Amino acid sequence: MNINFTLISQAMAFAIFIWFTVRFVWPPLMRAIENRQKSIADGLAAGERGRNELELASHRSADVVREAKHRATDIIAQAEKRAAEIVEEAKAAAKDEGDRILVGAKAEVEQEVFRARETLRQQVADIALAGATKILRREVDAKAHADLLASIKAEL
Amino acid sequence: MASGAELTPTSYMAHHLTNLTGSVGEGAFWTVHIDTLVMSLLIGIVSFGFLWWVVRGATSGVPGKRQAFVELAIEFIDGQVKSTFHGDRHAFVAPAALTVFVWVFMMNAVDFLPIDIMAAVYELLGLHNWRSVPTADVNTTFALALSVWLLMIFFNVKVKGLGGWIHELVCTPFGKNPLLWPVNILFNLVEYVSKPLSHSLRLYGNIYAGEIIFLLLGMWAATGLAGTVFGTLLGAGWAIFHILIVTLQAFIFMMLTVVYLSMAHESH
Repeated sequence: MNINFTLISQAMAFAIFIWFTVRFVWPPLMRAIENRQKSIADGLAAGERGRNELELASHRSADVVREAKHRATDIIAQAEKRAAEIVEEAKAAAKDEGDRILVGAKAEVEQEVFRARETLRQQVADIALAGATKILRREVDAKAHADLLASIKAEL
Repeated sequence: MASGAELTPTSYMAHHLTNLTGSVGEGAFWTVHIDTLVMSLLIGIVSFGFLWWVVRGATSGVPGKRQAFVELAIEFIDGQVKSTFHGDRHAFVAPAALTVFVWVFMMNAVDFLPIDIMAAVYELLGLHNWRSVPTADVNTTFALALSVWLLMIFFNVKVKGLGGWIHELVCTPFGKNPLLWPVNILFNLVEYVSKPLSHSLRLYGNIYAGEIIFLLLGMWAATGLAGTVFGTLLGAGWAIFHILIVTLQAFIFMMLTVVYLSMAHESH
């Protein structure tokens, strides 16, 4: 056990090694470890946030679905109401149209009847006139008795 | 066995326990144990070079096995320092603790190398006297302990100021009363002397004793077949037990370093 200059040289070596570790070994690894810790913490936080957001989103989607159902019901009810209205309108329109057609037909029939009657009257008058003419072959002058003939025609 | 013309137990022991010395000046103090110095520097350069190499490529993503191993070691030490030292440990104390642990552990671990085979290897290199284990040299352990001691004083002065430190030396642990001053000073003196002594001699004693045991077992193996068998078995047993000692002593040395440095940072 003899103390000698080795002690001093070892102490210097020790100092150099400490300096080396303090300067070059410790900080980079600590930085790497701390960065990893940070990224792990960030990842955990992100996971937590994602879970919360998922929960929120599922709430929101349930709301949206409920809202959509509600609106669908409304729309169906409205559509049914509208359909009923359209049917009613169509019925009314059809009735109007039918009435109108009926009125037109009646008017035409009347017109036809009137025309037929006129024609008939004319023909009867003509026949009567022809008959009278045959009977009164000579006396009756169509021109002189035009008034008479017209009155007879009107009476027929 | 070790080479030598006449092999006696004494010459065998002496051969293994003699340092290769070089002289740097006049007088007994100015000699250097070249083997201790070269081995410790080699071990330090390899160890810290390895750490540096791993750390330089360190990723903050998924670490490789090598980086994970280094991180494991460093986080273990960081955790130990954290539980003892309350301050900015990253600035100095924790890396210093890492240095102490890694260096001392690696220097202790050289003790596992079979002492006579290594002697034969050194002989081939032309080195007759070459002690492999730097921490079995009291110069190394004293160098470390005194460095820590000086750091302790440095941090005492740095944290508390010169006046604060002197005040602590004079007024603690017994009290401020002037009558107690001499007792306090004496107490602190004993403490300051005993710290580096116990710090260094504990490590030195353990590792030196371990080396001696290996040598004794080696000597036993030289006595015959039975001695070889028992020497082998006990040598294996001792080597396994020595794993504990090597690690434990490195750990204790590191913990004491941390404790001394954190005591220097805390005022009473």
